[in-house]
Amino acid sequence: MAELSLPKNSKISKGQHYPAAETAARVKTVKVYRWDPDTGENPRLDSFDIDLDNCGPMVLDAIIKIKNEIDQSLTFRRSCREGICGSCAMNINGTNTLACTMAIRDISGDIKIYPLPHMSVVKDLVPDMTHFYAQYASIKPWLRTQSPTPADKERKQSVEARKQLDGLYECILCACCSTSCPSYWWNGDRYLGPAVLLQAYRWIIDSRDEDAGTRLDELEDPFKLYRCHTIMNCTNTCPKHLNPAKAIAEIKKLLLIRRGA
Amino acid sequence: MATEKNTPERHQRPISPFMIGPYYKPQLSSILSIAHRASGVFLSVFGSALLIYWLFALSQGAAAYQAAMLWLVSIPGMLLLAALCFAIYYHFFNGLRHLIWDTGRMMKIEQANRSAIFVLSGSFIASVLTIAIVGGWL
Repeated sequence: MAELSLPKNSKISKGQHYPAAETAARVKTVKVYRWDPDTGENPRLDSFDIDLDNCGPMVLDAIIKIKNEIDQSLTFRRSCREGICGSCAMNINGTNTLACTMAIRDISGDIKIYPLPHMSVVKDLVPDMTHFYAQYASIKPWLRTQSPTPADKERKQSVEARKQLDGLYECILCACCSTSCPSYWWNGDRYLGPAVLLQAYRWIIDSRDEDAGTRLDELEDPFKLYRCHTIMNCTNTCPKHLNPAKAIAEIKKLLLIRRGA
Repeated sequence: MATEKNTPERHQRPISPFMIGPYYKPQLSSILSIAHRASGVFLSVFGSALLIYWLFALSQGAAAYQAAMLWLVSIPGMLLLAALCFAIYYHFFNGLRHLIWDTGRMMKIEQANRSAIFVLSGSFIASVLTIAIVGGWL
């Protein structure tokens, strides 16, 4: 059954307010979800007033500034700061995206930052990704072949066959799409979710892969694949502008074609 | 667990907020998706109840049928019929949209948003026309 509200221990209480220095001219309020595993108190929403004249352009710059200058206990993941590692995926003003590619300028009013939705929180903005990665591992995301590896060269691919992977290989597994999906919120234990299904499709249509049949067998399941109801939150939110909903539709199509429909 | 012997007792982790509305921004696509399910439930509950009610009244003779029809043309009856009319058009048009998606077509966000507007305005126009024709205003 779909749960519509947060469990008791997850309800968010009012947090602390950290005002900006009086000399600050352009003040922006950043509200950040906090949860400390050591105290075990309910999560809270702290608000930090920051001086934009003394801050980098992106939301990630703002939270790094908060950690450096206001509260060093603020915890989040980040690495590449240029949208290729997927570490800083979070819910910013109601949409999942990467903090490093989201410009502060593009947000009117306060900035509200929560961890990726419906995830178990390790601390502050850090969700537990164990299950997501286990699901990714479950599709065996590597080239599965039967034919012997060519002795003197790599497995070749035509330009056209390689083109099939465009719009799929760019996925950085940031989990923005999966955690934006209501089906994944409610059936994430068994439903693979858009990110993993897009990856599955990426291997199914790879001309060098020789195990598409088994891959499709493994996906033909009422939960793993068919919990997708084309809600399209995934495609709406993807920070890399990919289309997981379309990839899932293509998998469903392949399964139908295989049945002779 | 043995490995956690010397670590302090862990508190149960919270679930991060997710609900559409307060924490996740509603998208045109997600709203239409919820509406598709809601209209389906509404049709199967109220639509079939109304059909049974109507058939039952029919089987009970002229007086009962007359009474049922009188209720149906009262304000609440008409409102229910109008809502059912919109719901069935919406569910039908959006169902066609899903069928097109199942062929892998029209799945870009711009296309999905455009077809959403088509479905909404189409069901509205079709309902108004139907009500006007049945009501004898057209």
